[in-house]
Amino acid sequence: MKTLSRIYAIFVARNREFLRDRGTLAWNIVLPVLLVGGLAAVFAGDGRDQYTVGVLQAAGTEIAREAHPFLQTRYVEFVPMADNAAALRKVERHQLDLLVALGDPVRYWVNPDSPRGYFIERVLLQSGSDAAIVREDVTGDPIRYVDWVLPGILGMNMMFSCLFGVGYVVVRYRKNGFLKRLRATPLKPAEFIVAQVLSRLLLILAITAFVYTGTHLLLDTRMDGSYALLLLITVAGAVSLVSLGLLIAARVNSEELAGGLLNMITWPMMILSGVWFSLESAGPLVQKIAGMLPLTHVLDAARAVMLDGAAFADVWHHLAWLAVMSAAFLAIGALIFRWTPG
Amino acid sequence: MPFALEARDLVKRYPGVLAVDGVSFGVPDGVCFGLLGPNGAGKTTTVEIIEGVTPATSGEVLYRGEPAGSRFREETGIQFQATALQDYITVRETLDMFRKLYDRRADLDAVIDACSLGDLLDRDNRKLSGGQRQRLFLAVALVNRPRIVFLDEPTTGLDPQARRNFWDLVKRIRKEGTTIILTTHYMDEAQVLCDEIAIMDHGRIIAQGTPDELLRSRYPGLIIEVPQKDVIDDLAALEHRVLDEAGVVEIVASDVSKALADLGPAVRTLNHIKIRQPTLEDLFLDLTGHSLRP
Ligand SMILES: Nc1ncnc2c1ncn2[C@@H]1O[C@H](COP(=O)(O)OP(=O)(O)OP(=O)(O)O)[C@@H](O)[C@H]1O
Ligand SMILES: [Mg+2]
Repeated sequence: MKTLSRIYAIFVARNREFLRDRGTLAWNIVLPVLLVGGLAAVFAGDGRDQYTVGVLQAAGTEIAREAHPFLQTRYVEFVPMADNAAALRKVERHQLDLLVALGDPVRYWVNPDSPRGYFIERVLLQSGSDAAIVREDVTGDPIRYVDWVLPGILGMNMMFSCLFGVGYVVVRYRKNGFLKRLRATPLKPAEFIVAQVLSRLLLILAITAFVYTGTHLLLDTRMDGSYALLLLITVAGAVSLVSLGLLIAARVNSEELAGGLLNMITWPMMILSGVWFSLESAGPLVQKIAGMLPLTHVLDAARAVMLDGAAFADVWHHLAWLAVMSAAFLAIGALIFRWTPG
Repeated sequence: MPFALEARDLVKRYPGVLAVDGVSFGVPDGVCFGLLGPNGAGKTTTVEIIEGVTPATSGEVLYRGEPAGSRFREETGIQFQATALQDYITVRETLDMFRKLYDRRADLDAVIDACSLGDLLDRDNRKLSGGQRQRLFLAVALVNRPRIVFLDEPTTGLDPQARRNFWDLVKRIRKEGTTIILTTHYMDEAQVLCDEIAIMDHGRIIAQGTPDELLRSRYPGLIIEVPQKDVIDDLAALEHRVLDEAGVVEIVASDVSKALADLGPAVRTLNHIKIRQPTLEDLFLDLTGHSLRP
């Protein structure tokens, strides 16, 4: 009871401080809107000027161009594909214009809603081969870059807000003596930390939901899964990122050092967590490092839900990871937390 | 009588500085205890160790006979020498937040009234003047009806009215039975407010007692001030000291008539002398010397 009322007091004051700092608040909202809007405009088409055709064949083998005259078509990129399901999903999303499997008969998959699919199908059918050929339809809406990048940008905004918003503020509080003042009251470190986490969680959820709703209405972005699950992922992600920010700020006295440390953590996440581009084709070492970053799990889980309609069972391992990381960050943070500099 | 607060053999060593070097004292309940000393003497460090904000290198602090714990936090109010508050938060919100951190809660209106903050309640913390901030810090120290209050140089930066006002406030809370620990550079403040004082220098207590006791033991009479330029002969027969900067010679006289008689032949004229009561300022300068501190 007493603990709750102390947490509540700090929580309310922190919310006020954040909401009244109009500059920072505006930046938290304007930055993601500008990024999403800008990217949507730049990548208005699907951004490809070449036709792309997948060729189903055993992993690690070269495409045998002489096997079929279609494969000799110029200005078409032929990509070997070993994973049947993944290749079909790419056709479904218009990421491949056509998928072909040589054999007797030759089979091909095309998306009847795709204009590019229609053209490349004509080329295939008139390529001058007399082998038997079977067509199969794969339907689905295209995934635009903006659909794919939206979770990335929201996640990145959340990451900056959680890490810098919490980390910097705690270091500033410590440096200017506000933490020392709190130290002289019955407030406990864990209570202070919980209040900071809750405050930032509430604010970042509100901001993320606001920006998401806006872009969703404006750009009709794709959402195939459940909003409840997406919310759960966002909460788990925000908690883990705030905890990481608190951990970094637990002992640091200078804003410069805190800034350096926070940059050291955010930049790898910007690049390796798949904010801007997919890391599917990256090497195993990069994949391993990415797997240790909280943002990777947030984005993988959010994209699975938004783009593939994944259910809880498909993403629970990401959530479990985030929970484990949050618990570890918070526990260590509370343990080494310092009220005063020096 | 058990002390409300007792410090035993406190030591604080910073790299290269022995900030507090074996300080012990006890403060009885309901007393206003003054800690005086030049810059860097170790006053702030000492009180912050007692407050539990700075860890001591060694020594212990007892609150009502027990090691200071959560009860101590609940029952103390602290005004730090240097601290900050949250930006974008108003005076009323600040007081309200701090008050909610305690189980013991003062009547907020009474605190606001006592610290004359009524007109400033909706003002952003960042927009307070230095003196207004001091008053807010004091109010924050009072939001839990503390039984013991620490005031570290509370009147630095206040104008004369605000200082007198502040003294009245301190006297009032003392009258209600609150124990007060005050550090200050103003000797008049210590003389007005403190029942007992300790003078610190170089991390040690060099004198302790009631202001009267201390003055009487050191100055068994009055002080005669003679302008240095009027002195024409040796003053060896009289207990005296020369204050070069002020251009004054001070003589401590238990028997003023005799001192004046002795002084007569040694000076050009007695027309410019001053006779006055010794003050804590005299004692302070005597004990800690006149050189400026680093
Ligand atoms: N965090 C610190 N690290 C290193 N030295 C310190 C630290 N804090 C204080 N000191 C040193 O300890 C000594 C005592 O400082 P303290 O602040 O206790 O003095 P004070 O008596 O309160 O002085 P003032 O009247 O100027 O407030 C000083 O020499 C100071 O430089
Ligand atoms: Mg001091």
